[in-house]
Amino acid sequence: MRRLLGFNLLTAIVLGIAGWYIGWYAAHAIVGPSIAYFADVDYNELSIVLAYLGGVIGFLIGLGFLNYPFARLRGYPPSLREKETEGIGRYFGLCTDHKVVGIQYLVGIGVFIFVGGINAMLIRIELLSPTHQVFPAGTYLTIVGIHGTMMMGMMTSGILGPFGNYLIPILIGARRMAFPRIEALTFWLLMAGGVILETTVFFGGFPTGWTGYAPLNTQSNPGMDCYIIFFALVGVSMTLLGLNMIATIVTMRAPGLTWTRLPIFVWGVLTTAILMVLAAPVLIAALSMALLDRTIQTSFYIPSAGGSSYLYENLFWFFGHPEVYILALPGFAIVLEILPVFARKPLWGYRLAVAGLLGVTLLSFFVWQHHLFVSGINGDLRPFYMLSTELISIPTGFTFLCGMMTLWRGQIRYSVPMLFCLAWFFNFLIGGLTGVFLSDVPSDVTTHGSFFSMAHFHYTLMGGLVFTFFAAIYYWVPKMTGFQLNERMGKIHFWWMFIAFNSTFLPLFAAGFLGQPRRVVTYSESLHFINVWVSVSAFALGLAQVFFLVNLVNSLVFKRVPAPADPWGSKSIEWQLPSPVPVYNFTKIPVFSGDPYGYGEAGGPVAVPAGAPAGRD
Amino acid sequence: MNATTTQAGPNHARRVIVAWIVLSLILTPIVAIFLGPHIPPGNGSEQASEQTAANTVITAIVTPVICLLLVFFLYTLTQFRKPRGAALPDGPPLREQRTVQLLWVVLTSATVLFLAGYGTYELLQNGSGGGQGPSPVAVPSGHKLQVQVIAQQWEFTYRYPSYDGLETSQLVIPADTLIEFHVTSLDAVHSFWAYQLGIKADANPGVDNVAYLKTKGPRTFSVHCAELCGLWHGYMFSQGKVVSASDFAAWVQQQQQIFSAVKQYMPAYANVYYPDPQRRAG
Repeated sequence: MRRLLGFNLLTAIVLGIAGWYIGWYAAHAIVGPSIAYFADVDYNELSIVLAYLGGVIGFLIGLGFLNYPFARLRGYPPSLREKETEGIGRYFGLCTDHKVVGIQYLVGIGVFIFVGGINAMLIRIELLSPTHQVFPAGTYLTIVGIHGTMMMGMMTSGILGPFGNYLIPILIGARRMAFPRIEALTFWLLMAGGVILETTVFFGGFPTGWTGYAPLNTQSNPGMDCYIIFFALVGVSMTLLGLNMIATIVTMRAPGLTWTRLPIFVWGVLTTAILMVLAAPVLIAALSMALLDRTIQTSFYIPSAGGSSYLYENLFWFFGHPEVYILALPGFAIVLEILPVFARKPLWGYRLAVAGLLGVTLLSFFVWQHHLFVSGINGDLRPFYMLSTELISIPTGFTFLCGMMTLWRGQIRYSVPMLFCLAWFFNFLIGGLTGVFLSDVPSDVTTHGSFFSMAHFHYTLMGGLVFTFFAAIYYWVPKMTGFQLNERMGKIHFWWMFIAFNSTFLPLFAAGFLGQPRRVVTYSESLHFINVWVSVSAFALGLAQVFFLVNLVNSLVFKRVPAPADPWGSKSIEWQLPSPVPVYNFTKIPVFSGDPYGYGEAGGPVAVPAGAPAGRD
Repeated sequence: MNATTTQAGPNHARRVIVAWIVLSLILTPIVAIFLGPHIPPGNGSEQASEQTAANTVITAIVTPVICLLLVFFLYTLTQFRKPRGAALPDGPPLREQRTVQLLWVVLTSATVLFLAGYGTYELLQNGSGGGQGPSPVAVPSGHKLQVQVIAQQWEFTYRYPSYDGLETSQLVIPADTLIEFHVTSLDAVHSFWAYQLGIKADANPGVDNVAYLKTKGPRTFSVHCAELCGLWHGYMFSQGKVVSASDFAAWVQQQQQIFSAVKQYMPAYANVYYPDPQRRAG
């Protein structure tokens, strides 16, 4: 009984709903006496915003985020509830174990990405016909908006959330993250946000897509507030996640783990975290101003009252372009981390790979106006942004070179994680090279805002990130759960997904070049065939993910095969620990004497955790 | 690639490089000569032709890159497979090859700098049909016909200031003429996209966004909104016409006659318009 009524997901939901109504009534007390004000012609924006803020605060209190500070304020020892180390219950509440948070992230983000994927299917259903409308135009735009926003918001933490939180302390020889309670907070903020974004359907949806351009966002339905609050929560979550990662990696590395011995995945997480910390606050600021415009009639983005639509575009893309590298960099790092294991060779050009990650990090803050080439802003700065954008392909090329030379003369095994990493080269090559068209102003005049750019960023984000996300799942989930994933089904999933993915997005380059604008509910009759082809391929792509879920559930629940400590023959430290990893990782902090890529070199695994618990096999 | 060549057995590096060069030498001209002219947006205007040229150049440059990765991966993934069996032999511990790194950095940098230089050169000639904002930097010389494009939810209207502020709902422009578009919006952000003419310029409320177009022969073209602007964004498209100079004069006269009755109710011509402060007009 105490378990049920204590601080867990159930109390969190109850208090969240209570907080929602408190905020709702408080706002009505402020701006108007009538509770039915919402049903009036003019909406009461403030009540929705305060309701959701109250809901989030209630949700966090219900989870027990205030227990620790309150207990300390009152002079009592803090509640030990969140330190509970056994049982399935810890996955459904505030838990500060970094491995629990990692798995919470994997499942939680997975659910919302699945929702985003279903939205993509709905988009393709609508586009089966150039003229026939399955959904009303407003509903269609809301579907497009939820798909884009959900994917962007959730996938920003798609690698750092699950795999960063789970693996970083292990890889650097620590027992926990630097700020465990903040670590848990980032996850629950994201979950609250995901639910809030979905509730936009009760408030009329939003018509702006994931970019939420002003001044369209000030004239939209109250559903727009859900978008703003979602993205702002994602921004807070990202900032905290990034700070936590930087603090952990900088301060908590085990003895001997110098910067040149860090696994490349840790470098990828570190550079991504730097991007998060520097970019996400700008998003929060941009959205806060949009929220103020909507609720209390400020005029940051309203041109007739001295504001500017360019201000929003600038702020949004100052966040938005580093954002796409927040999505891409973890993919680079995973590819470079996994290739040595399956090529049985050291990572080639370690320093060049790190330079590539750092170079992308630095340059990504100087390119944002390439999203605004035809917007009329800073026409004379376009050559600069063209140059800086094209310069990014140099450090990106480092990643390609290091990956390719790692394969060169190796002993290549085609296990499932390896297949997904190899697909990354193909997908990101196409994504990157089509990016050259978009970065070139004369070419961009045609391709900007068309399906060409949409196909381009799906190649870089889905082909670049989601493929490596699956590589990471197939590679590390045996370590996280202690059970192997079925190899044969994994291979079927890979080929199914790879073929369906390319069949979906390659034709969209043609559709864009032939003049189909993005986010349209209707299109030219001459593009009918391409769109039907793409829709059918997209359905196949969606089914591939259902097949993956079948494999996942089958392997982890029904036909369990215990995973050995080191199924891949890796020399990295996490594989020297038993599967799943024990609660405090190491009985004694390990001492590192080299990097984890010593394949073909003398000696065994470089970093032997002193006194580590023996593996199962 | 010293570490490679000192090994016994076939010279893998030489094979890959030779295959790459041969394949690139064959494919690049084919792509440039046969595929290039068919890349959109076509030859509807001088700007469109320039964009097609830019697309051709970029496609020709990325072809060898694709060839390199194709050859490399086909070779690597077939030649360096682990033999069947449970044993896990290690590959050679190659950690760094300075020459390869240097070569790669030089090649990618040179390509990138060439692309940026070429793009800048093309852009600065006449703006390549993109919106340049209220004070354009790339201005083609010659007499220009001004046309104002006013976007609103969810249609475009066109004003011809040199014809007494004539306002129409269809875009008709004379052939072989330099046109100066002034794009602005009355509410949300739109984007004026005349696909076949290679023109795209965002319409921002309160902003005068200038783009240049040099038309060629008579033709029709489609106009789309290319920036999500709310509910009926998908239906914000229309047809326009490029007509001969005499047809254009006749058309203007005809429109002015239709137009004269409502002229007195039109707002005065201005470079920019500001949205109605009344929110949620849509």
